[in-house]
Amino acid sequence: MSAALIARAMLGFYLVLFFGFLFGPLLVMGVTAFNTPEYPQVWPFEHFTLQWFQKLVQDDNLMQGLQNSFIIGAFVVALAVPLGLAGAIVMTQVYAPARGLYYLVVVSPVLTPGVIIGISTVIFWKDVTAFTGAQSLFTGMFLATLGQSTFIASYCMLIFLSRLQRYDRTQEEAALDLGASRGQVFLHILLPFLRPAVFSAAVIAFLSSFENYNTTTFAILANKTLTTVLAGRVRQGMTPAISAMAVLIIAVTVAGAIAYEVAKARESGKAAV
Amino acid sequence: MSNAFTAYLIFLGPLVVVLGFVIAAMLQRRGAGVVEPGFFERNGVVVATFLILAVGFWALVMIVLPQLYMVDYSFHPKLPPAQRGGPKDIYTLANYRYFLFGSPTDTSQWNTTHLNAFWITIFASMIITIVNFAICYPLAYYMAQVARPKFVTRLMLLLVAPYWINEILRAFAFRVMFGTGGIINQALVGIGLLREPIDFLGADVALYAGLTYAYVLIMMFPLYNAIESLDRNQVEAARDLGAPWWHIHLFVVLPHAKPGVASGATLVFMLCAGALAAPLILGGPKTLWFTPIVYDRFFQAFNWPQGAAYALLLLAACMAFVLLVMRLFRVSLSEIAR
Repeated sequence: MSAALIARAMLGFYLVLFFGFLFGPLLVMGVTAFNTPEYPQVWPFEHFTLQWFQKLVQDDNLMQGLQNSFIIGAFVVALAVPLGLAGAIVMTQVYAPARGLYYLVVVSPVLTPGVIIGISTVIFWKDVTAFTGAQSLFTGMFLATLGQSTFIASYCMLIFLSRLQRYDRTQEEAALDLGASRGQVFLHILLPFLRPAVFSAAVIAFLSSFENYNTTTFAILANKTLTTVLAGRVRQGMTPAISAMAVLIIAVTVAGAIAYEVAKARESGKAAV
Repeated sequence: MSNAFTAYLIFLGPLVVVLGFVIAAMLQRRGAGVVEPGFFERNGVVVATFLILAVGFWALVMIVLPQLYMVDYSFHPKLPPAQRGGPKDIYTLANYRYFLFGSPTDTSQWNTTHLNAFWITIFASMIITIVNFAICYPLAYYMAQVARPKFVTRLMLLLVAPYWINEILRAFAFRVMFGTGGIINQALVGIGLLREPIDFLGADVALYAGLTYAYVLIMMFPLYNAIESLDRNQVEAARDLGAPWWHIHLFVVLPHAKPGVASGATLVFMLCAGALAAPLILGGPKTLWFTPIVYDRFFQAFNWPQGAAYALLLLAACMAFVLLVMRLFRVSLSEIAR
């Protein structure tokens, strides 16, 4: 009996340690956002203040970066989700001996460090745009969208693939027998079946794009996104304004992540009924 | 001339491979007698065209060609745009020689700074991967095999929330904590363990802690998924047969969870070795990490071919690690990337 008690106590201790490790740093940072000293400081807590949040809104660079992050995120969703969808459908139909190679190619961006994807995208498109005379395309926004989509499309594809494993192709045949065209089957059978996966893929694509730094810092060229502005700020010096930014971002992402989990749980609940 | 030739090689090579597969597929279908409808018949013209264009653009133009082009680029000297393709644009190993010897021509001494940074990055990434596994395994096992489902859902929500927080902000949080005036030094001095604050940033303690922290959840989810699929009866059976607890983990749970371990390990290693934000923010003045060196090749030395060569070395290290894990754990690529 007492051995079980000790085991339980140890488990509790471990859980507290683990989640302390997970949330402690975020908490510490969060507190500094509301403290008055110029250098982020938890203790002693001098006065409660919201001045660091005010500083943020006045910061044009950050606001510009935030706007760009949203634009790039939207484009990445629009590009990566269809690419991932096509990639997954082709995976189920591709000529069997080529499947291994095909899989290797489309999954490799997941296992490639982000900096390398960013670098290769920039090098490649610099010469391609110069060669074709389309230099106006060689912009940070365009390259960041392409670079991020390269690996985010792989994430999307993996999401679609796991959903497609449960796809029942007899539905397709039934629709065809009833006189539906191939296009109708795609639009009215396959896409509705994949809808939860499309939703998941879009959310994951946007979040991955929004928080990406490694690929973006190379691909963004002279432009800026929220993460590149943040990184520049952090390297310049420590100010509680960054903590304030972090508090806002954490609030938004946590709310988003929880809303997404709840929506997913509801969706799977519906599917179970 | 040679430059144009390799350009063709890079662009045409992948196309030839794809065409070869298409032809082989058509021949096989003809040989077997038509069993399945063809690609266009099966999907309809519109959808099939979309699929081919989308996958062709993604796989070739976005993934394969940039990588091949980077390989080619890394073997060229740094030249002003006007001289590209001219007589000076030759193939050279200068960029790689620089990595080894610190000079494009002189080979008398080793480039210790870059070589050390490379090995330390790889070695530290491996250690961090192992540490992450050790931290995650108990919780993953507990959630997958022991805890009640309702409690697991709650724990999962707690885990998902910090998963999406920006790498830069995590690094920033560690910098706030580990600074000489940070809370950790304050606490250690406060309880009398230290007389003077320690420079954790300069000693790279903050960097390694920050990297461990940043990717701990990347290990958690694959590990949890793998252990979760193990039938609880197997653990019980082992226990009934008198296996000690460490036998159960070593000979029942871990062999089953192998793909999850492999998946988590490769992802954590890759993210660690390729981490840029954490070393930039948490590194001290003497910190050795490879990605900031790559970064400097581009943004301080403005030597793109050299940067490409350095990036390729990093990529090669990551590929070697993936292959090693696949061999060691005897798992396939599709089990790793899920």
